Amino acid sequence: MKGWLQMFSTAWLGVATHKLRSFLTIMGIVIGVAAVISLMSVGKGSQASILSRIQSLGSDLITISPGFASSGGVRSGFGSATTLTQEDAEAIAAEIDNVKQVAPANSSNLQLVAGSANMNARVTGVTPEYQGIYNLKIADGSFFSDYEYQSSARVVVLGSTVKETLFADADPIGQTMRMGGNIVHIIGFLESKGNGIGSTDDAVVMPLTAMQQMIAQTKTSLGERRISAIALTVTDVNKSDEVVADITSLLRTRHRLSSTADADFRILSMEEMAQTLTETTGTMTLLLGAIAAISLLVGGIGVMNIMLVSVLERTREIGIRKALGAKEHDIWGQFLVEAAFLTFTGGIIGVIIGWGTSHLISYFGTMTTLVTPDIVILAVSVSIAIGLFFGFYPAWQGSRLDPIQALRSE
Amino acid sequence: MIKLEGITKVYPIGKRELAVLQGVDLNVATGEMVAIMGASGSGKSTLLNLIGCLDKPSAGNYFLDGKAVGHLNGGELAKIRSQKIGFVFQQFNLLSRISALANVELGMRYAGGSDRRLALQALERVGLSDRANHRPTELSGGEQQRVAIARAIVKNPPLILADEPTGNLDSRSGAEIISILTALHTGQDITLLMITHDANMAHHCQRIVYISDGRIVKEERV
Repeated sequence: MKGWLQMFSTAWLGVATHKLRSFLTIMGIVIGVAAVISLMSVGKGSQASILSRIQSLGSDLITISPGFASSGGVRSGFGSATTLTQEDAEAIAAEIDNVKQVAPANSSNLQLVAGSANMNARVTGVTPEYQGIYNLKIADGSFFSDYEYQSSARVVVLGSTVKETLFADADPIGQTMRMGGNIVHIIGFLESKGNGIGSTDDAVVMPLTAMQQMIAQTKTSLGERRISAIALTVTDVNKSDEVVADITSLLRTRHRLSSTADADFRILSMEEMAQTLTETTGTMTLLLGAIAAISLLVGGIGVMNIMLVSVLERTREIGIRKALGAKEHDIWGQFLVEAAFLTFTGGIIGVIIGWGTSHLISYFGTMTTLVTPDIVILAVSVSIAIGLFFGFYPAWQGSRLDPIQALRSE
Repeated sequence: MIKLEGITKVYPIGKRELAVLQGVDLNVATGEMVAIMGASGSGKSTLLNLIGCLDKPSAGNYFLDGKAVGHLNGGELAKIRSQKIGFVFQQFNLLSRISALANVELGMRYAGGSDRRLALQALERVGLSDRANHRPTELSGGEQQRVAIARAIVKNPPLILADEPTGNLDSRSGAEIISILTALHTGQDITLLMITHDANMAHHCQRIVYISDGRIVKEERV
């Protein structure tokens, strides 16, 4: 213990003797560590914000959308056809294991008029389960009940943007508005979900039963009622892949697709999407970190440079210490501790500055940043490792000096 | 204390070899004070470095305190230096960045650990306790050499080697140094070997060894 204290005080002496030089060396490490932390915090931040958005939808969510329409060899985009039917949804609920809830949805763009305000919005007819599946939060009023669904009540729940556009600050609940050619009652409106996947801000939600009465629902050649999407939740996210596979084979059978034909629907599992996005943002984080690590490496080379100079100009001191009985490990220990001290100090200051920078980025910029303990530990341990790595050669060189030669040097 | 048998030291210079010591036999008893004299290049510094375990002989046997040390490795030699040998150099060789006291403490550093109290005592013995916190650059040459002596004796080594300790000093400071060394020797039973050009100084010793061309050519009792 005492030996270490002495080694540390000797190293401190080396650092303190050349304050400006030590400061500049430390700055090299500070910049490297701060760059690693702030850049990686950008990556981590975007990862976290994407994940939290997916989690707000629920990672147990699976959505099925219709495939493409083909006409004369020209293939339109996904969703251009309406291949899904309400009967598909019922079959999934009845036949697939590990499915918690199934909600068919039929959307249509309709003109909404309330007082002097009007807008075009996507109106979605759904079952009551839809609220639970999409985690819809009511800002005020209520969602429609099972009774209202059964009785095809002409009630609607507004997305937050729709509410803003049509009613501004006024209370819409209990009011009526025109939707297409019909009058509907407003019973509630939703909290904003923000932009992005699964946002309902621009939508109007109503019972599917009521919507079928208002807008004629087209039917397939088999007499099934066409809908525009099916959403469902699974009982266990680990079974997502299994459920997706089961639904695929069920729908292929129901849609009478030959084994070689492309599917006329698309299944998207949030669990799978979360994995893909986590991988993508993880790669991005690493890439940002790697770019920043280059500056850390340059800082490390700076440490080595200074340590070589330090050993050279203290040749005589090394000779004196050796004459006094210092062993090789005493000498290299002294220089190694000095190098580690420079990089460790740089690492700590770098963490503080990097942390501050990442807060400034999220405060003034549009990006979310997140400094996690693993980034900090990574940056500091890499900086110390660099100090030891680049400090080792000069220290070793110093320790091998011949005491007589060293004492003779000027 | 010291027993040298047929010590030679050969340095390679390019393709040729330079024999600096060519068969030195020397016995120094414990508590003896010996002066080594000789012209520049006669090999006396090389001899002192060998005795001080800073260097290894090319051939021959060296017994220090009854133990053969001629062929020990670097780490073992360092251990002997740290425990048994105190050096006093012509150039003082103090660290200029630290105080006199810290320089003295450095003398114990590799001998098992510093002790401020002992370091202060050592400074007192060379009459410099009031200068403990001065840096070497703030001290006169004589004072610096006294700090160096304190550094050499602080770990109580049985052997002190001095390489022209007064070579860089004026005659008054030189006399001071020689009286301190003599006092140490008489009071402490320390074995002292000293290289000098100064016949006056050499006569403070009990024996004078003359070296020429790597051989001991004459010994005389004072």
